[in-house]
Amino acid sequence: MGDKLLEIDNLTVHYEVNNVVVEAVTGLSLDIDNGETIGLVGETGAGKTTTALAVLGLIPDPPGRVVGGEIRFEGQNLLGKSSRQMRSIRGSAISMVFQDPMTSLNPVIPVGDQIMEVILLHEKMSKAQAAVKAQQMLELVGIPANRYPEYPHQFSGGMKQRVMIACALACNPRLLIADEPTTALDVTIQAQVLELMGNLKREFDTAMLLITHDLGVVADICEKVAVMYAGTIVERGTVRNVYRFPRHPYTRGLFKSLPHLDVDTDRLTPIPGSMPDPSNLPPGCPFFPRCTFHTAECEAGRPGLVEVSPGHVVACFNIPEAPVEL
Amino acid sequence: MDCLLSVKDLSKYFPTKDGMLHAVDRVSLEVGRGKTLGVVGESGCGKSTLGRVILHLLTPTAGRIFYEGEDITDVSRARLHKLRREMQIIFQDPFSSIDPRMSVRELIGEPLDIYRACNSRQEYDDRVAQMMETVGLAARLENAFPHELDGGRRQRIGIGRALMLSPKFIVCDEPVSALDVSIQAQILNLLQDLQAQMHLTYIFISHNLSVVRHISDEIAVMYLGVIVEKAGSKRLFEHQYHPYTQALLSAIPRIALDNRPERIILRKELVSPINPPHACRFAPRCNYACDRCFAEPPELVEMAPGHFVACHLADQFA
Repeated sequence: MGDKLLEIDNLTVHYEVNNVVVEAVTGLSLDIDNGETIGLVGETGAGKTTTALAVLGLIPDPPGRVVGGEIRFEGQNLLGKSSRQMRSIRGSAISMVFQDPMTSLNPVIPVGDQIMEVILLHEKMSKAQAAVKAQQMLELVGIPANRYPEYPHQFSGGMKQRVMIACALACNPRLLIADEPTTALDVTIQAQVLELMGNLKREFDTAMLLITHDLGVVADICEKVAVMYAGTIVERGTVRNVYRFPRHPYTRGLFKSLPHLDVDTDRLTPIPGSMPDPSNLPPGCPFFPRCTFHTAECEAGRPGLVEVSPGHVVACFNIPEAPVEL
Repeated sequence: MDCLLSVKDLSKYFPTKDGMLHAVDRVSLEVGRGKTLGVVGESGCGKSTLGRVILHLLTPTAGRIFYEGEDITDVSRARLHKLRREMQIIFQDPFSSIDPRMSVRELIGEPLDIYRACNSRQEYDDRVAQMMETVGLAARLENAFPHELDGGRRQRIGIGRALMLSPKFIVCDEPVSALDVSIQAQILNLLQDLQAQMHLTYIFISHNLSVVRHISDEIAVMYLGVIVEKAGSKRLFEHQYHPYTQALLSAIPRIALDNRPERIILRKELVSPINPPHACRFAPRCNYACDRCFAEPPELVEMAPGHFVACHLADQFA
């Protein structure tokens, strides 16, 4: 109770294309407290972006449909809201920074005006006042205010992403959803943007859902992490616990398959096989075909989330015994 | 060192309406037979251009390229055709680098057709089947089209094409960057196994330092067309002389929760590679830059055996 800002409860999202049902998200549950930063980690096709779009009511319908579950924001079910109500929530209470800054900004409108547009939509102030606030936002994200009238193409990738962040934070949202915000950026620029996001998050006390495939980025700014595979969460807990004692075979496989800067290895240990086709998921646990620990139970039904230590849950019938510290 | 490939003062410039773009500027490198040279840097540093110029996919503006001791800089088309059997490339994007209208079989077999390397249909079929097995593509996929396969499998097609004529040298241009993390490991292992089996020499281009560290014997760090540091792989991660290399390493998000290094945040953005100033190109972003750095471009100097740096202040970082 109390501090829960967002509660995603048993969410299931399907896409129907050519009479084929794609099970993008199945029975997903995730909570975010006020001011908390959670990483949602997974590879392509795991369902992370679908989850984010579901929260914001942006799943294209058709072909997408939320077929089950609830998404409660500050106690209210977002799935029951009208488009008008969602429009007033997006950009003010809940904001999103999208993956590709190259294509997320309007190329024919000056960047300053794009920030101003967000402000005018949600706050009662004159254009002149909104423009001033937009300039302040630019400065806040490290862009000189005199660049207000410039167009997106005049900025580099990293700077475009900063503009996106300025748009997202302009109305002081309680929750920021960032979908792979630094993936398209060079690593030294990524460091700058992550630093900025960390500072702003602290300054504004914004909760953040950070979607990424990069485990290192999560370690940088997230307190908690949820690992997704084929549309469901397979492990969830504090970064401290999950990173030091990963329990789900997929999470462990993921850590083992990464080349580490600090460790010299001859061969990497990849996870054999590949992600299942979400339009044709195997029965039972979606990871079982690739899992070295699987038993007959795994083919029969999906495992529920089991608590292995306070706050640390794993969806597995055969959780590997003694936790091995990585 | 038994050197298979080397380049000397290699430059590639592109004329633009605003001036001459220095994509690669006076780069000198050597790659030992059977070894992997990693070329690392961020977007726009010229690493991909370098790879393409070496293979004559782009014409060099200046400098020389040597392969097996032969100067191949101004090589004839006929000679280049023969050389291409031995010098190959694996492209970054497995989605746009293969013809979507050709099947797996046709794609992998295409080099055999171009070089008329088979005497019979049977030989062609056998060699394609063999290569599919070598790169880990199931035989049942031979008539599949690229769009039916995931990124990892498409990249295996690209690798199969590159290997078909038993090359000696392969430029791997960001071969795993477009792939999911769990597939990257599979492909990296494959590349290493093939290198051992077929005694291949690689230039491995990437922006991902962890990957480069894992697969390279030696690493060259590029910045705006210039090599700023070059050293053995292990050595480079233990000690860096150049402030850019230090920043690059510190910028990599680490998975380890303890002993997290202090992140060096670089100011500003890159200078333009068009008509670059006669100075160190990194100076505007460097925390240590002095007057000399803005007046004179530094040369590559050997600071320790096999460890080269282009920095006026390298002594400070010894």
